[in-house]
Amino acid sequence: MLGSSSKELREVIKDITSQHLTVNGGIALGQCLTAVGWVGGTLPELYESDGMIELSMADVAGGGFAVGAALAGKRPMYVIRYQGFNWFNAPIIINYACKSKEIWKRPCPIFVRSIAMEGGIGPVAGSSHHSLYYRMPGIKIYSPMTPNEYRTTYSEFMADDDVYYVSEHRGAFPNRDELPDIGHESPDIVLFPISITRFAAQAAALELIEEGIKVAVYHVFRIKPFKPSSASLRALANAKIGGCVLDDDYVDGIAKSLAFDLIADTQAKMSVLGLADKSAGFAQKVDNLPPQKKQIIDHIKKCLDIA
Amino acid sequence: MNILDQFAKEKIYSLAAFSRAFEEEVFNQVKIGNIKIPVYLSAGQEYIAATLSVILEQMGVIKPQVFVQHRGHSTYLSFGGDMYQLILELLGDPAGCSNGMGGSASIQSKEANIYGHDGLMGTQGPIATGMCFANQRPTICFAGDAAAEEDYFLTSMGWAVTKKLPIWFVIEDNNLSILTEKKVRRSWEINKVAEGMGLSAYSISDDPNEIYSIVPEKFECVPHVLNIHTNRLFWHAGAGIDTSEIFDRHLEFGKTLNADFVNKTNSAARERVKLCWDQALKSCEK
Repeated sequence: MLGSSSKELREVIKDITSQHLTVNGGIALGQCLTAVGWVGGTLPELYESDGMIELSMADVAGGGFAVGAALAGKRPMYVIRYQGFNWFNAPIIINYACKSKEIWKRPCPIFVRSIAMEGGIGPVAGSSHHSLYYRMPGIKIYSPMTPNEYRTTYSEFMADDDVYYVSEHRGAFPNRDELPDIGHESPDIVLFPISITRFAAQAAALELIEEGIKVAVYHVFRIKPFKPSSASLRALANAKIGGCVLDDDYVDGIAKSLAFDLIADTQAKMSVLGLADKSAGFAQKVDNLPPQKKQIIDHIKKCLDIA
Repeated sequence: MNILDQFAKEKIYSLAAFSRAFEEEVFNQVKIGNIKIPVYLSAGQEYIAATLSVILEQMGVIKPQVFVQHRGHSTYLSFGGDMYQLILELLGDPAGCSNGMGGSASIQSKEANIYGHDGLMGTQGPIATGMCFANQRPTICFAGDAAAEEDYFLTSMGWAVTKKLPIWFVIEDNNLSILTEKKVRRSWEINKVAEGMGLSAYSISDDPNEIYSIVPEKFECVPHVLNIHTNRLFWHAGAGIDTSEIFDRHLEFGKTLNADFVNKTNSAARERVKLCWDQALKSCEK
């Protein structure tokens, strides 16, 4: 998936949502969807008669309404405007929709649009929380950051009957470009970035490559199931100092789980970068942000023992 | 005021007798060790599902979407769930109604439009509401008086009335959460909360005549809350009796019917249940 789209990711999401409601017979549910902004410009200006359903502000029940709509065959897009709100929205999706196919042979497909952002938004709303869902069976987790990845995500969802957790990031909404892997047969280090960290990882890798440091980047778009490419595993097995998983969630979650899988596959030494194990405050000096380009560069140089 | 005719009374009694015979046999099968999983027996509470099943049939509501709670054997049987598949489920057989995974608490029937419960109290409230919203089909959501305390259950009632959905929330109010009485847990009644939200709400006993007296003639797009007081005869989970001093609707309602009919109905129900259990146990032995 290379190249640049004529549309920003936000417009692609809007088009797909419009198609889902007006052509494919689906519905979208969420809180404050039709308010100013239309969820970062990712929703078409449609209303309840079109299938754009405004819910009450009851988060836990809202997740249950989406599950019921899925049982009725509506393939709901369930929009959660801040990923941290999943602490209330997730329980019925995870415990019913994700298990329904296995226990009762009743598929319950839901497209959970969960949107991250960070920087000055405090201890709950910020960053990604996809690790909440990761530990449970019966779910697929994708984190599309590009137009083609989003199209692929929707297409696979419509051909499938599983629950999809789509870990979005507002920082990617203006993006028009695809994010190709940066391959290398025998790199110094291999990066496996997730979500918004992919942009920083790519920028860091390009800068380090200019300095003569061999950095490979294999983007993690499909988080669960995680199936690293054979090229990425080969590169990791050959890497001088191993690899690093980068995430927009706390490191004690998906990042360490994927790192473990990669160690098991290659015996490589792995490290992780993500949100620090602390609460985020609103003020800049007490915020908790995902790894930025400089932090990634510093981490790699430290691993390589380069001043 | 609606009054039950004799035919309806006998039909309700027959359904309740069937459920009672089933639960007594489950009690027995737990005692002799054939059932090795936790069971949630609905003996004592049968008249709610039995009565509503008959009433809905009279109203012409065929195969409503039924959402059960963990104590749902009598709901399952009264609304047309297959007894043989339920037995297999209790025995952990893959041919059971929930593929041998649901046990007693998470039973379903695709044929009868009964949806399983995930084990988190009260989740059937929002799920039933969401499904009813999506397809606008008549929906019955059963819950216990404890499940109805869940915040998401209450907000589901609120959304149902906001969207004018054809759904009945039926609260099987046995006054107990395990053995903790309602008065210890809360100072409010669900029908009062529901009234405040704008639902049609009732608080009644599980006497079939009383249930019948309050239901509307048509199943319309007006959500209802029926808080129906009842009594659980057996333990919260497993086969045991907390006290013998419990009012039994089955005995009481039977007194209003012909004694010969009552005896024959109970005998036939026990025989039917026993036969089915024998077949299921043989099947599992193979």
